[in-house]
Amino acid sequence: MTGHASETGRFGVYGGQYVPETLIPALDELTAAFDAAVKDSAFMDTLNGMLSTYVGRPSPLSEAPRLSERVGARVLLKREDLNHTGAHKINNALAQALLAQRMGKRRIIAETGAGQHGVATATACARLGLDCVVYMGEEDMRRQELNVFRMRLMGAEVIPVTSGTRTLKDATSEAIRDWVGSCDHSHYIIGSVVGPAPYPRMVRDLQSIIGREARAQVLERVGRLPRSVVACIGGGSNAIGIFHAFVADADVQLIGVEAAGKGLDTEEHSASLLRGKPGVLHGTLSYLLQDEQGQVHPAHSVSAGLDYPGVGPEHAWLKDSGRAEYVACTDADALAAFGLMGRLEGVIPALETAHAVAWMLAQRGRWTADEPVLLCVSGRGDKDVAQVAKTEALNQ
Amino acid sequence: MINPTAPQAIAALLTDRMLELRASRRRALVCYVTAGHPDRAASIALVQGIADAGADVIELGVPFSDPVADGPVIQASSQRALDGGMTLDRTLEIAAAAAVRVPLVLFSYLNPLLASGADVLIRSRDAGISGILVTDLPVGADPEREQWIGGGPLAFVRLVAPTTPVERMAAIASHGSGFVYLISRLGVTGARDDLPVDLPATVARLRGVCSLPICVGFGVSTPTQARAVAHLADGVVVGSALVQAAERSVDEAVAFVRSLRAALDGA
Ligand SMILES: Cc1ncc(COP(=O)(O)O)c(C=O)c1O
Repeated sequence: MTGHASETGRFGVYGGQYVPETLIPALDELTAAFDAAVKDSAFMDTLNGMLSTYVGRPSPLSEAPRLSERVGARVLLKREDLNHTGAHKINNALAQALLAQRMGKRRIIAETGAGQHGVATATACARLGLDCVVYMGEEDMRRQELNVFRMRLMGAEVIPVTSGTRTLKDATSEAIRDWVGSCDHSHYIIGSVVGPAPYPRMVRDLQSIIGREARAQVLERVGRLPRSVVACIGGGSNAIGIFHAFVADADVQLIGVEAAGKGLDTEEHSASLLRGKPGVLHGTLSYLLQDEQGQVHPAHSVSAGLDYPGVGPEHAWLKDSGRAEYVACTDADALAAFGLMGRLEGVIPALETAHAVAWMLAQRGRWTADEPVLLCVSGRGDKDVAQVAKTEALNQ
Repeated sequence: MINPTAPQAIAALLTDRMLELRASRRRALVCYVTAGHPDRAASIALVQGIADAGADVIELGVPFSDPVADGPVIQASSQRALDGGMTLDRTLEIAAAAAVRVPLVLFSYLNPLLASGADVLIRSRDAGISGILVTDLPVGADPEREQWIGGGPLAFVRLVAPTTPVERMAAIASHGSGFVYLISRLGVTGARDDLPVDLPATVARLRGVCSLPICVGFGVSTPTQARAVAHLADGVVVGSALVQAAERSVDEAVAFVRSLRAALDGA
């Protein structure tokens, strides 16, 4: 049921290793290294120690009384925004940086959209003394200026990507190209549950700490499991991270919120699961925004971290199997929820997270007031404040 | 002109040509061009021109929006072709319109093929294509789709990389037909000034487990390099440097192919 994919690298028909031949030996090496590392108690002790004393785990579970009133449920916030560097991305980046060190690879490559994964990777590399190169679309560098500065402060080299749509998709292509030429001495830390096997499974396993902690915290606090678990979906790593511990709990609804951009019926959204068709991008078979000729259709979202035309293969499988439900929220609704959550709870969420908040706000009546609903606050909104201020100024 | 009533003959063209070359101890000159680059009409003229200039095999690249195995030159040519409305179907039209005797190999990423439907291989053969090479479908990655392509009407050219262990080289060779494409170096496509020092050793390792002809590509950009590669392998693939020439003019690209041919024949 949980689609482990360790043997085949697949989740149902989705996933796989659709990469240039050059990378196959590197992916084989990575699979073996990861599987050995998680069985090595010394490695796991180091990782868990750093997650606790450096990242600040476990992240708290916060009540959200005023938001709960609006939503009509007992909303519980899993506070990944309180992690060091401000998002869930560090859970994966730190673990993979440790893995790279263990594999003897001293140069790290990453792609980034919102800059959170880039910042998390730059942070882990600084801490471990590894070289770090981050590819970032020019458009995203503009939207997320603060994070570019943070990465450079920590010694990472940020390389602007000017091809294609100049966003996460093209940054990912460029990171893969780098790796094709450097896999003998570099490790590629992909930022979500996308890419060729073993990445979707590995990143899921590294992010699943979110759901393991949250499940125990909710049980302890409320004495029952949540009715629904809600998370935003870019590539899908914070969502899989919080879903994974609940997949076997059949009564818990798993809900992923995609970016509807300017509307699902426009050409400008990032709703791969709702509006895409299965196809191959960046080494994996999954739902993909594409035209009839199999060319990838550019995604759009106000939030750089959701602006990706593909989605992790495990989500494709959870969708087809009906175990998870996928919905979407527009730019405008997410922007409204961004401000509202700040005013109601004193928590400014990342624009990505704001999509999940907005969807919940529109569901009043779906739950009863005392039903626990778990929301993954995947990151904090500091990085988005300047962009939102500009957007608001434009709209006035 | 190819006789359109003999599709089997078209499919065998690639394999036959490689065997012929081997028998006559000549080296194969394999030329890559991006379909629809710089535009549709020039693309047809280019295929015809480089066939006349002495190419033994022409790889016709299907432009894709996200070519992760390609460097800046082929990326830019693909984007230009896409901006001009090039598609897989129109690539096949170019192949049919060019109607050259030289075997054509469709060079594609997987997604455009999947989107095009199950009959794409037969439509390709009917357009005069002899072989197919899929950049992001390595051996063993998707047995069902590999069977679809391998069991179809086209020769299935597989790739070997410098990172490929020798046991895997053997498996790749046994799954391919036409020739084996050896990637000369770690990295994406793009012209380079030098050949990798370990290339002779890589070719020798592959030769030990592979009875198919071996063509070496990635980074080969001058007649001198082509001649050096021809001493090692059965053929040489020239891509980015040719695309760069085509960016300037068809005539320049054709002249470049002539210079490559001369270098190989003098080798
Ligand atoms: C705070 C935050 N949430 C969510 C995402 C989306 O990624 P994923 O779907 O992999 O969690 C990002 C990506 O940059 C992010 O920064």
